Amino acid sequence: MMALWQSFVELVNELIPWFDGSIAAILIILIKAIVLVMPLMLVVAYFTYAERKVIGYMQLRIGPNRVGPKGWLQPIADALKLMTKEIIFPTKANIYLFLLAPVLAIAPAIAVWAVIPFDEGIYVANLDISLLYVLAIGSIGVYGIILAGWASNSKYPLLGALRSASLLVSYEIVIGFALVTVVMIAGSVNLNDIVMAQKGGIMHWYWIPLFPMMIIFFISALVETNRAPFDVVEGESEIVGGTHVEYSGMTFAVFFLAEYANMILMAVLAVIMFFGGWHSPFEGVPVMESMFAWVPGIIWLLAKTTFFMFLYLWVRATFPRFRYDQIMRLSWKVFLPWTIVWIFVVALMTQLKIGPWF
Amino acid sequence: MTFDQILFYVFSFWFIASSLAMIFSRNAAKAVLFLILSFFSAASIWILLEAEFLAITLILVYVGAVMVLFLFVIKMLNIDKSTLRAKFAGYLPLGLIVAAIIIAEMTLVLGGNQFGLDVVAAPARHGADYSNITVLAMQLYTTYVYPFELAAVLLLIAIIAAITLVHRNELNRKKQSISEQVDVQAKDRVRIVSIASSSKEAK
Repeated sequence: MMALWQSFVELVNELIPWFDGSIAAILIILIKAIVLVMPLMLVVAYFTYAERKVIGYMQLRIGPNRVGPKGWLQPIADALKLMTKEIIFPTKANIYLFLLAPVLAIAPAIAVWAVIPFDEGIYVANLDISLLYVLAIGSIGVYGIILAGWASNSKYPLLGALRSASLLVSYEIVIGFALVTVVMIAGSVNLNDIVMAQKGGIMHWYWIPLFPMMIIFFISALVETNRAPFDVVEGESEIVGGTHVEYSGMTFAVFFLAEYANMILMAVLAVIMFFGGWHSPFEGVPVMESMFAWVPGIIWLLAKTTFFMFLYLWVRATFPRFRYDQIMRLSWKVFLPWTIVWIFVVALMTQLKIGPWF
Repeated sequence: MTFDQILFYVFSFWFIASSLAMIFSRNAAKAVLFLILSFFSAASIWILLEAEFLAITLILVYVGAVMVLFLFVIKMLNIDKSTLRAKFAGYLPLGLIVAAIIIAEMTLVLGGNQFGLDVVAAPARHGADYSNITVLAMQLYTTYVYPFELAAVLLLIAIIAAITLVHRNELNRKKQSISEQVDVQAKDRVRIVSIASSSKEAK
């Protein structure tokens, strides 16, 4: 298999002398990306199923149970339905921007995954500035929503887009400040190094020194992904469906995919930043450590991520929607001062070398 | 031609093309989008130059925040294209003069005689373990710490000034007290009155 691959690479390199060897690197990155994106899309599909089931049980309903055994084929049926539906273009919409918007929503949501480390050495790219990359590319996703609202040439989408633009800009600042404290402790903006710095069991993870930052990060992640109780961008009871009103069929499905991919990303980020990434929670515990030594790191990462994904659903089923001005007040008058204060607290802790984290 | 060079020409082409498209676009929202594309191309070229921190900062600050606010404002504005076009001829001579001066100045400062390969040597390629952000941070927080802090304080003053400009008028302001809103009890808002029903008397 490897010999075949090698000869293929050599052949391609001879055919295209311009690329002088880098075509192999590009192909390898492409294959890595496919290996990453395919399971991601599958997880997104079954996350929607899990959401309907979990919220169903929380509200004493059964949830989807008709398609396939126990409703397991429901996401497939939904995908087929969305793919075969007609895409309706509003007459006065700006067609190019109308079609560009879903692309701008999904592309960053997937591109960000390139730098996420799943285990020691398992990633698509090991950037020196991967945390900044995540923030920068993640901040592009807002254009999808803004353009969708603007290009639809319709009232409710425009209102949704205005809300989304102001919300995302304010909460990006909060998330940035909250992650600054993580960077201060880890001493690196490389996600790999941040996880490596948390080695040594559950007491070494950053959720203890950065407990308020963890809470703030999780709540801000809810806002960034337009999730209940902060889903004013869609706000069915107020502005019908927000930016998605005019989108149907596959164009809507792409927005849907982007939203859920972003949710999973935020869950993974929370695990990497505050819950030790791929490290086992039993590190340093005498008997348990050897008992669970065979479990690969990626399993721990995915298990922790699943918990955070469940939290998203739990929160959605529990809280009523916030009012718009309350969300803004929460960002600027509560979270931002807290994060700035905590930066100084972390600076003090670093100087005094408190606990095992510094 | 190496792969780096191909990438450089691709990004440069997109940089120039999108910048031109931004200037010639009649639709303000499209112009902003082309500006975003040109920022992206510039960031890509900076990454080729191993200045990845600057590149990511460009995307994070300008694409992620400033351009969002631009789009936000453009959506709120009702731009009348006919008045824009009517003033075009009037502003054209002044615009041409300013453009000519800027082009002349830039060729003088940034031309080949200042930054050509015979004047400034090509920057050396660094290995995979070279960290641009570490090098930059070392410079910023040691050699240039005072200018850096001064710039930060200046920005803070600018923020406070902008907020005070907006905040100066205390009249006609509608304030909400969140604690009062939270403290509200049902008995403050709802009055339950028992009214004798007329149907009872009829019986």
